[in-house]
Amino acid sequence: MTTTAPAPARTPPRAAGRRRRPGVAHLGRRDTAVLAAMLGVPLLLSLALVWGPALLSVALSFTRWNGVGELTDAVPVGLENYRQVVTNYPPFWPALQHNVVWLVVFLVLATPTGLLLAVLLDKELRGTRVYQSAIFLPVVLSLALVGFIWQLVYSRDQGLLNAVLGTDVDWVGDSSINLWAALLAASWRHVGYVMVLFLAGLKGVDPALKEAAALDGAGEVQVFRHVTLPSLAPTSVVVLVITVIEALRAFDLVYVLNRGRNGLELLSVLVTDNIIGEASRIGYGSAVATILLVVSLGVIVPYLVVVLRERRGAS
Amino acid sequence: MPTTPHPRHGRPGAAVPLARRTFLGGALGAGGLAALAGCGGGSSGGDAAAGGVTFGLNANAAIPTAGYDAVFEAFTAETGTAVTVNRLLYTEQVNNYLQSAPDDVLIWNAGYRMRFFAEQGLVSDLSEVWSQVGDGVADGVRQACTAADGQQYLVPFYTYPWVVYYRPSLFAENGWEVPTTLDELESLGSAMQGKGVTPFAFADQEGWEAMGTFDALNMRVNGYDFHLSLLDGAESWTDRRVRETFRVWEQLLPLHQTGALGRTWQDAAASVQRGESAMLLMGSFVLDQFEGPDRDDLDFFVYPEVEAEHGQDAVDAPVDGFMMVADPDNRDGSLELLRYLGTGAAQDVYARTDANTVGTAADVDTAAYSPLQQKFVEVLASTPNLAQYLDRDTRPDFAAPAVIPALQAFIEDPSGVEAVLEQVQQQAEATFVD
Repeated sequence: MTTTAPAPARTPPRAAGRRRRPGVAHLGRRDTAVLAAMLGVPLLLSLALVWGPALLSVALSFTRWNGVGELTDAVPVGLENYRQVVTNYPPFWPALQHNVVWLVVFLVLATPTGLLLAVLLDKELRGTRVYQSAIFLPVVLSLALVGFIWQLVYSRDQGLLNAVLGTDVDWVGDSSINLWAALLAASWRHVGYVMVLFLAGLKGVDPALKEAAALDGAGEVQVFRHVTLPSLAPTSVVVLVITVIEALRAFDLVYVLNRGRNGLELLSVLVTDNIIGEASRIGYGSAVATILLVVSLGVIVPYLVVVLRERRGAS
Repeated sequence: MPTTPHPRHGRPGAAVPLARRTFLGGALGAGGLAALAGCGGGSSGGDAAAGGVTFGLNANAAIPTAGYDAVFEAFTAETGTAVTVNRLLYTEQVNNYLQSAPDDVLIWNAGYRMRFFAEQGLVSDLSEVWSQVGDGVADGVRQACTAADGQQYLVPFYTYPWVVYYRPSLFAENGWEVPTTLDELESLGSAMQGKGVTPFAFADQEGWEAMGTFDALNMRVNGYDFHLSLLDGAESWTDRRVRETFRVWEQLLPLHQTGALGRTWQDAAASVQRGESAMLLMGSFVLDQFEGPDRDDLDFFVYPEVEAEHGQDAVDAPVDGFMMVADPDNRDGSLELLRYLGTGAAQDVYARTDANTVGTAADVDTAAYSPLQQKFVEVLASTPNLAQYLDRDTRPDFAAPAVIPALQAFIEDPSGVEAVLEQVQQQAEATFVD
């Protein structure tokens, strides 16, 4: 992260002399109780609803269980599920690969496009609100509905795209192109999401900085690189984490398009296929879920560690 | 698991994905995991009015819903017992549904789909009801409702055959004849192609559709018994007999629409309606895709013979009916309802709304049926072996994860079938262990 960012809001010397910062020791009993409740309740909820199931899922991945009866009916099988998933489950490797492609496309294409649109629409253009709403609209729609819309676009016999292009391409059925078709649809939505986040971030950039830079002779691109982008740093962290999460948990769209098969396999679909439904293979699906968890953590944790370390170094 | 339910109930439309989404969104969102599936979800069981029965209806489309409303009205008028209907799309969450607070009676499918729950002890033995309403019910239907312990766990309501639909007007116009053997089918196919018509409309976008073609061919090539043992995990997918089924299929593939993996079955039906394709192997729910004069211009035939030894002696005829949960709130009322649903009278009431299916009771009033329904009855009576459909005749944790990708891989590239079948067999060996 560059150091040209506006100085972090250090306490101005004037204020520092007037009032001492309250520390924990100075909190009254009531404040402590309120703080404890406000931290404790979310912590408990997070433990119960996020970490509990997560760890339970990891534990289940070492068992064979069909979801009927008590948890104690699960038969421990060690690493058997993982062995099966890796060696005897044809959709697994394609799914992993597709998730990686999905992530790369989101990071390299969709997210920068969202940033570009945000910067463009942040200018006082005529009708900028209309554009903003139009681009944001797909985010508001449920992905299942988005899937349905794209189904109409991509249908081979009666679809919009083939009708307009006069082609006969099997957008959904041809496993060599359907991933790209799905990615286009997913990006269509992701771009709007990213745009809104960056737009919010841009509102926080002090126009005076830009003016100052311009007065010093910086061009548009230079202003963007040295002023705008650094001020967006906090937003970027959020956007990147969201991008990674969105890419790894992608599900609805491919599920609506073709149930996530034949070229559109994703880890999330495999988890669903195995866990939800009759005669579910809970252990097996949990193994896939655990792999997905490891992949997600493997991407997000190093990134956050780097970002937080830089931040600490900068302040 | 996204296997196929009765398409009328679980499909079409986005209703099922939407229902699942709520659940999934929560589970996946809460940390990319779905362990919740085992611990929660499901539905709230309704409290019946005093003395009433609660009923889980896995449907939301207009036709079945209206049909059941009429049936329950008639039941209440006759017995005074109220029925509270809970419309839930539980197809894919049935495990949780049955274990949370289920309704007393629920609609479900026969075959392996029913047996699994019977073996888990989640539903009740209904042989007592069968002894009262089961007389004269076709043997194939009885078998499909019977679990491994020899008892019946499902009271059948209606059935329908998977057959080849075509437009008689198109056939008459071109002087085409209904084929009864593979040779006739192939020469008819070339005649159709000569006229620029694709012989078979073909769809497999969701993966369950092509199971119908596999079932038909495997039963024609290897017979009903082999087909069912294969699906029961007792035969190998690398057996040369299975290979032979795929060889015949490969030989017939040029007669099918290309691009099946990107086509919905509704689009396939539309191509028949437009006259671009001549035939479509499908369940009778496809009739709803045709309206007015188009619907009147439809007829069907059973899949042609491939091996003389097996003739046309088997057909997929899924049976839908009702199960009672293991511990209903109102056992007597539930049994009373089930006894009623097993009668021809109840099934006749339903048939007034749904003209795509035929009742399973021996005393249904076939005179009131449409010509197509009467022909269904004929086919079902004259076919000795009734299968339930691939994903109802085998383990659900095998059908969707293993068979669907295999069929799709075959359709995309038939030359790779050896490797595909080996993978299926490996998965079968890992799945059929308990």
